[in-house]
Amino acid sequence: MTASQPFIEVRQARKCYGEIEVLKDISLTVDRGQIVAIIGPSGSGKSTLLRAINDLDPLTAGEVWLDGVRVNKTLPHRQYEKHINQMRQHIGMVFQHFNLFPHLTVRDNVTMAPKLLKGISDKEADRLAEEQLAHVGMLERIDYFPSQLSGGQKQRVAIARALAMKPKLMLFDEATSALDPELVEEVNLVMKKLAEEHMTMIIVTHEMDFAASVCDRVIFMDGGVVVEEGPPELVFRNPTQDRTRNFLRKHLEGAK
Amino acid sequence: MGLDFSVVPKFFDILLLGAFWTIAITVSSAILSFFGGIVFAVITLYAPWFIRLPFRAFEWLFMGTPLLLQLFLIYFGLVQIGIDLPAFVAGVIGLGLHFAVYNSELIQTAIIAVDRGQMEAARTLGLSRGQALRKVVIPQAVRDVIPPIGNNMIALLKDSALVSVIGVSELTLSAQRAIGRTYRPFEFYIVVAAFYYVINLGMEAVLRRIERRSQLSR
Ligand SMILES: Nc1ncnc2c1ncn2[C@@H]1O[C@H](COP(=O)(O)OP(=O)(O)OP(=O)(O)O)[C@@H](O)[C@H]1O
Ligand SMILES: [Mg+2]
Repeated sequence: MTASQPFIEVRQARKCYGEIEVLKDISLTVDRGQIVAIIGPSGSGKSTLLRAINDLDPLTAGEVWLDGVRVNKTLPHRQYEKHINQMRQHIGMVFQHFNLFPHLTVRDNVTMAPKLLKGISDKEADRLAEEQLAHVGMLERIDYFPSQLSGGQKQRVAIARALAMKPKLMLFDEATSALDPELVEEVNLVMKKLAEEHMTMIIVTHEMDFAASVCDRVIFMDGGVVVEEGPPELVFRNPTQDRTRNFLRKHLEGAK
Repeated sequence: MGLDFSVVPKFFDILLLGAFWTIAITVSSAILSFFGGIVFAVITLYAPWFIRLPFRAFEWLFMGTPLLLQLFLIYFGLVQIGIDLPAFVAGVIGLGLHFAVYNSELIQTAIIAVDRGQMEAARTLGLSRGQALRKVVIPQAVRDVIPPIGNNMIALLKDSALVSVIGVSELTLSAQRAIGRTYRPFEFYIVVAAFYYVINLGMEAVLRRIERRSQLSR
């Protein structure tokens, strides 16, 4: 590990689905505690990039590094499985459709992985569940099943579930896109709280206002490349690229 | 000759014992067929080819041949190669594996139907594929097929009468023994039919309870 290495680094990432190149030589770095938004039109490769970071969609070429360790190391299959399962414990992920485990209570959704992977006791697990659920304001629903929750509540539980693994990094893939408009704010508030606690986060979003208010940096992707990146006030107010301008204009019109 | 049910009470304890064995063999086989069904489904979907292919032959044996033949094979056939199973055990293995193959079909379909996001969410937390299957995918798949598995278990109860041919003293064989002593087949078969009916009702009640319990978790 070199001291100068960034906390997260994606090096020359390429991803192909057959003939189609979805990510074209993408490189980016994120510092510890930084909050980065990825924006861009549909199909530009935002999800693919995010899912490459925890190797859910393996890259065709390129490297992903987290805290001095290569995530997508070249290893024999068995060893790689061990390695990636270990790495994923440090990378929390939140999905558009929550993907809570419907057969488990809220409590068990949060504690299943820590119990299984970290061997914590039932008592510690209960404490962990209470702590994480209180953090997202869902403590009163600890013994509910996911089917008994609203979308916003489900997403908050999903965030608590990811946080319970004590990740070094959180990935959000359109965490509020599937929510009714009136439920978006409660999830945004939780994410803001994480931002204040200096959680490192990469957030794919269509909510420009949220990105502008929470993120340190905005990355605009289009057609599998990073077209423009910089602090939100620059990217949103003074974009240098035509594609960025067009996207933002269309997005503004769409939002009205 | 008219019907005369007055001969039945004298054999009631034999019939009760028969009912006990019917329940014992049904419950044991049901448990074997349930867990066997899960294991078979996982083998069919995920095992490497050198396990999967021989397994398919075994599956064909249990799906494509009469259960009666399977019971004969396990009880009388295996003795020849030195495996001498008690009739009860042979019956449980025969019935259990037979219905495990049917349960496996149901569970396979249900595993495939579980939303892909479930596996992804589990893997994202750091679970291995096997752990994700065990903790997340299979429990949901099983929950989804409780009603049709329940139907298989009712069929299993009825087919448990077949183990009378290898000498397990369950209800049907008990009735036959009583008939052998009294020459009153109609009376005893009717009474035994009533026994099966009551056991059936009990099973359905248990299954409904399990179903209801699983309702919340979807
Ligand atoms: N499994 C796959 N097989 C083939 N093509 C795929 C697959 N997954 C994604 N793609 C393609 O890759 C491209 C990028 O997809 P991706 O989901 O990363 O876009 P996105 O930026 O997240 O879009 P959205 O805003 O709609 O979520 C799209 O053109 C998509 O059709
Ligand atoms: Mg996407």
